[in-house]
Amino acid sequence: MNFDLRIPLGLIFTIYGAILIAAGLTSTPEMIRQTLGQNITLTWGIVQLLFGLTMLLLSRKK
Amino acid sequence: MNPISAIHLGLVDYGILIVYFGFVLGIGFALKRSMKGSGDFFLSGRSIPAWVTGLAFLSANLGAQEVIGMAASGAKYGLMTSHFYWVGAIPAMVFLAIFMMPFYYGSKARSVPEYLKLRFDEKTRGFNAISFAVMTIFSSGISLHALAKLLETLVHWNYWTCITVCALIVLVYIFLGGLTSAIYNEVLQFFMIVMGFAPLVYLALKDAGGWTVLKEKLIPVATSQGYAAGTWSQSWAHLGNPVENPMGVGWFGMVMGLGFVLSFGYWCTDFLVVQRAMAADSMSAARRTPLIAAIPKMLFPALVILPGMIAIALHHQSGGMFLPTAADGTPDYNMVIPTLLAKYLPTGLLGIGFTALMASFMSGMAGNVTAFNTVWTYDIYQSYFAPGKSDSHYLWMGRVATVFGILVSVGAAFLASQFNNIMDMLQLVFGFVNAPLFATFLLGMFWKRTTGHGAFFGLLGGTLGAMLFHGLALAKGCLPGIKGGWLQPMFSFQSEMGQNFWMAIVAWSACFGLTIVISLLTRRTKTDEDLKGLVYSLTPRPKAEAEAWYQRPVLVGVLVMVAVVILNLLFL
Repeated sequence: MNFDLRIPLGLIFTIYGAILIAAGLTSTPEMIRQTLGQNITLTWGIVQLLFGLTMLLLSRKK
Repeated sequence: MNPISAIHLGLVDYGILIVYFGFVLGIGFALKRSMKGSGDFFLSGRSIPAWVTGLAFLSANLGAQEVIGMAASGAKYGLMTSHFYWVGAIPAMVFLAIFMMPFYYGSKARSVPEYLKLRFDEKTRGFNAISFAVMTIFSSGISLHALAKLLETLVHWNYWTCITVCALIVLVYIFLGGLTSAIYNEVLQFFMIVMGFAPLVYLALKDAGGWTVLKEKLIPVATSQGYAAGTWSQSWAHLGNPVENPMGVGWFGMVMGLGFVLSFGYWCTDFLVVQRAMAADSMSAARRTPLIAAIPKMLFPALVILPGMIAIALHHQSGGMFLPTAADGTPDYNMVIPTLLAKYLPTGLLGIGFTALMASFMSGMAGNVTAFNTVWTYDIYQSYFAPGKSDSHYLWMGRVATVFGILVSVGAAFLASQFNNIMDMLQLVFGFVNAPLFATFLLGMFWKRTTGHGAFFGLLGGTLGAMLFHGLALAKGCLPGIKGGWLQPMFSFQSEMGQNFWMAIVAWSACFGLTIVISLLTRRTKTDEDLKGLVYSLTPRPKAEAEAWYQRPVLVGVLVMVAVVILNLLFL
């Protein structure tokens, strides 16, 4: 039987979410200027983290 | 501001890329245990749930050439590019789901060429299998070459290092996990593209001032090239006459050439995509596969075409300083995505976007390799060289074919890097072979009188018809030769694209007519009993199982079509 694809999907986006949140929290003013004054890195990191965790949660429910 | 020439990756970006490679290989290793027989390796043991096959179905076609090419077309032609999705994909995907999947899946054929063998005869299968095997392996090589060339320009990596590393990674994960590995990685790639490109499009659109302002900014792009003001932001309004739009295509060529012949020929008969649906865990899941793919597919223009439209608007506004210039003095449209990546994404997000691009190159290659090793092993090796061997022998052969296929891809990439013309020539020949295909399948599935001779010679005639037409037609501004008109330029077209759409129409019609005539003149070799499950009128309808409304193919298919009509009306 193949393993559930939601497990690696969940894991990788949880990791990416965490990396982006860290990058977003340590953004330099120059990076914020590049993203037109918003900290998109942080916002998008949270989105990816939530997506990853949702996938992991779904894979645990049978 | 000067146009960018390179992307600067930070430490975080490299980290993101390495994590991705780790997961890709990890998926391959984790699946190794599931590969017990050839059915697991080539067909995923028909055990994959519909949402996975559906996203893989979409993703297998979404190579990076597609992403980069669609953004380039968005800049070059504007919103009309959406016809490649709303006209040139969705109707065919719905048709495949509702009408054709029951035969592909229900006949238990292991590949599209094998369906032709069951329905017609050996020679029709052989023709399709061999031409398909050659085409996929070269497409895989072209994908590899495009990737290495792009990385060489953008991040200054060595061309051959890129080729070796990418080919090795693809080799390992397919060798270990077969089709399942390719499918899982395609789904991962789908999410990478969405996650990587969504912030890019959001930022670029915000910078351009939003959709309404963007439409205004696209007016001078159109008028400066001599077209009506709305040409870049409307999909249908300027199709009345080929001279009215930059594609040089009229509505009939668009609807019949792209929307019918080319689109149905690709989505309904190309084993690369159909293989994903065949891996589904039930008939119902197989039929839902193209429909699940159709939903994100119809929204993808926002992710891949819109960036091109934004880039050309900003390019025009900045007086030609946004995109780099190509050798012939026009903007380098292929640099749309790299330019936007470098401009808007800071380190971190850049890593996700860049990894998404690499992922789509690699899965484009992997898709070709898995289709190749299946057709090679079942349709060529097992039928002509070594029939009647044990299943584990064919599993072994599949792995050998994977290694061989990757080696040939690398060789094809080398050819492409040395001789550009060879690749143009090959793609031209592939076009001749593919154009008539759908006529054969349509008649085969819906007219039981179609015979093996009719199918084979019809197909051959259609291919020759395409070739002959190419020899007689030439687009404006082209010289006779590889572009057409090598016999005698008799028909003139506004553009090469228009010429190509009409070639498809001619090839299809020739194949359709010839197949009917030859079938009527030859005797049927298959009885009604033989054709049960292969032809519409001889197959019992799949019983409506007690499923939820969203699992019923016909209902979902109709809803998808309604949605796509609404999209067309919104952006008329």
